[in-house]
Amino acid sequence: MTAISSASPAAPDRTADFTRYALYGLLLLAAALPFIGGKTGLVSNFTFLQLSLMIVYAIAVLGLNLLTGFNGQISLGHGAFFAVGAYVASILMDRWEINYLLTLPIAALFCFVVGYLFGLPALRLEGHYLALATFALAIAVPQMLKYKHLEPLTNGVMGINLVKPDAPFGLPLSGDQWMYLVVLVVAVIMFWFARNLLDSRPGRAMRAIRDHTMAADTMGINTAQFKAITFGISALYTGVAGALHAIIFEFVSPDSFRFELSIAILVGAVVGGVASLGGAVIGGIFVQVIEKYADAATKKLTAAVHLPIELEPWTLYGIALIVLIYVMPTGIAGGLAQLAARVRKRMAAPS
Amino acid sequence: MNDHTPKTGIKRRTLIVGLGALAASPLAAPAIAQKRYDDGASDSEIKIGNIMPYSGNASAYAAIGRTSEALCKMVNDAGGINGRKLTFITYDDGYSPPKAVEMVRKLVEEDKVLLVFNPLGTPSNTAIQRYLNTRKVPQLFVATGASKWGNPRQFPWTMGWQPDYATEGAIYAKHILQTNPNPKIGVLMQNDDYGKDYFNGFKAALGKEKEGSIVQLSTYEVTDPTVDSQMIQLKNSGAEFFFNITTPKFAAQAIKKAAEIAWKPVHYLNNVSSSFGSVLKPAGIENAQGIILALYRKDANDPQWANSPDILAWKAFMAKYMPNADIRDDGHNFGFSCCSTLIEVLKKAGDNLTRENVMKQAASLQNFEAPLLLPGIKINTSATDFYPIQSVQLAKVEGESFKLFGNVLSNETA
Repeated sequence: MTAISSASPAAPDRTADFTRYALYGLLLLAAALPFIGGKTGLVSNFTFLQLSLMIVYAIAVLGLNLLTGFNGQISLGHGAFFAVGAYVASILMDRWEINYLLTLPIAALFCFVVGYLFGLPALRLEGHYLALATFALAIAVPQMLKYKHLEPLTNGVMGINLVKPDAPFGLPLSGDQWMYLVVLVVAVIMFWFARNLLDSRPGRAMRAIRDHTMAADTMGINTAQFKAITFGISALYTGVAGALHAIIFEFVSPDSFRFELSIAILVGAVVGGVASLGGAVIGGIFVQVIEKYADAATKKLTAAVHLPIELEPWTLYGIALIVLIYVMPTGIAGGLAQLAARVRKRMAAPS
Repeated sequence: MNDHTPKTGIKRRTLIVGLGALAASPLAAPAIAQKRYDDGASDSEIKIGNIMPYSGNASAYAAIGRTSEALCKMVNDAGGINGRKLTFITYDDGYSPPKAVEMVRKLVEEDKVLLVFNPLGTPSNTAIQRYLNTRKVPQLFVATGASKWGNPRQFPWTMGWQPDYATEGAIYAKHILQTNPNPKIGVLMQNDDYGKDYFNGFKAALGKEKEGSIVQLSTYEVTDPTVDSQMIQLKNSGAEFFFNITTPKFAAQAIKKAAEIAWKPVHYLNNVSSSFGSVLKPAGIENAQGIILALYRKDANDPQWANSPDILAWKAFMAKYMPNADIRDDGHNFGFSCCSTLIEVLKKAGDNLTRENVMKQAASLQNFEAPLLLPGIKINTSATDFYPIQSVQLAKVEGESFKLFGNVLSNETA
């Protein structure tokens, strides 16, 4: 009896420890990748760009997760904040020659303010109405970037070409490898911050509002203020992702941020798992890999299996989404957690 | 004479030196004729990269990429170029600049192509230009006529192919002023560098005095579904001349809409949309009668060229290598003609398949008559002239044919 009672609280600790060490190991490996994979030539610069893009989308998806998964507000327009972040960084670098690392906090602050201000009136909007308002934002921003009187800043439809920064201090890294490390560090900081935020009192308040706004209100939580601030933080995350995207991609144009981007971020969030930090990482990978190459994958499949019908470019993508939503309604992260729980139960059962 | 040679020492020495040189020559020969390669070239292969909008609003251009791919196959079937097979790698960029950047990086860094050939669209090419130039990868014969591609001093790795838009625009403006010294002109323009290039050339040729004759300038975005409202605007402006700066899908819409609302100006259509198959047919041939455009290539479906040898060769190629294609689509002609120019360049590059030599050969074409160019139009380039084709001829749509009129007009500025 005593043995069991002393072991049971220890068991979850041990798994938590294991998860933590696994995470540290994985991060260390990710950080070592440019030095190992890059030097041996196993990982090309293009692959580093793609890895960086995955991480960037993971940050963007995390931004939406904070809003949708943890605060219960729906946004169909996060591509707009992504665009704003990207343009703030690009304009600062291109017009004022500000250091690329400095553009990140500026873009973050700018997007927080934009998100907060947008969040204030949007508070009165719930559910569908908020979705529609954010949808409008996603449609409007690319058009605003083309606006004639903003052209001296934004360069209109032709966009802005940037030059990717080289590794500093003569580090033996290519521009892509260096930016991959920068993106990785920024992502770690932002995920760490998100985790701590969610574990804090404000984080619990955020979730309380999601679960039952009225109850949260009676508990003395200023729901209006919290919702607007959450919107701002969410925009900040996605905006930083946009800024990083612009720097590693060396190019922005209004067409980079079409409405499809907002949907891609939303799909990434849902597929990864909306109320989960790990889900954001999976979502980021999904956005970069599956979405971008759905077209090519469909073509390859058609050729490989000798299908008698010509598949449309997005067919495979659509099928994958439908299957995922049915098989893992809480996203891939949720599905994996469920699976792990079931395995643990099965293993525990005989003893 | 021969029996004298051994007797003189000097001659003997010459002979020995000569023999020595001869003996050494097998060793020296590989050094002189050594094959030189960059990424994407080897003894057996030349890798060519390409991006094209196979999906999205500009997918009407997809035929160009498909034709280039098929032409490379034909060259391979005939033994390749100097014994090397061509590998044509083409990706979809959906006419989206960010996707173009990603795909071009994939071509250069993963597929390791020797050069990027004929990427389509001004926005996409603008997005990839700096990248390709800093990595010293040829951005060869871009499929856009913006005037900025022929700037070897700033961008030595970028070269255009077709006549540039500004020149073409200027030729239309001059023609309008010849027919009517006080015209009322309406312009429909795609709102990007491509549209502005045409428009600026057009405006400059009208001159400061006549700039005011543009009574209406309407623009559209490439993401717009239609140009219907713009056409109504133009009609209401009372314009008698119409300069139509649109890509194929929108050109067809504009021609159709003009007929629907019974607006009958003198219609000038930019060369970008000079296609029976993808523009005039879908718009309705009857609606397109009398449209004026500037041409530099033969329309292969035009009866007037039915018996010219390059057209016959093209038809044979289409029948064998693209049997299911719609041969009325002008993209097949463009792709055939442009890719033939690339093949000429690669032939001339011989065994020195470095990126530098490819650019050097591309910049030293002399009176090359690419197939399907109009009679009298030739390709000339030099280290300072990165505009391969600089001549056009005006034509009028008559029935199902382009009736050429006037002389071949050349760009006087470059």
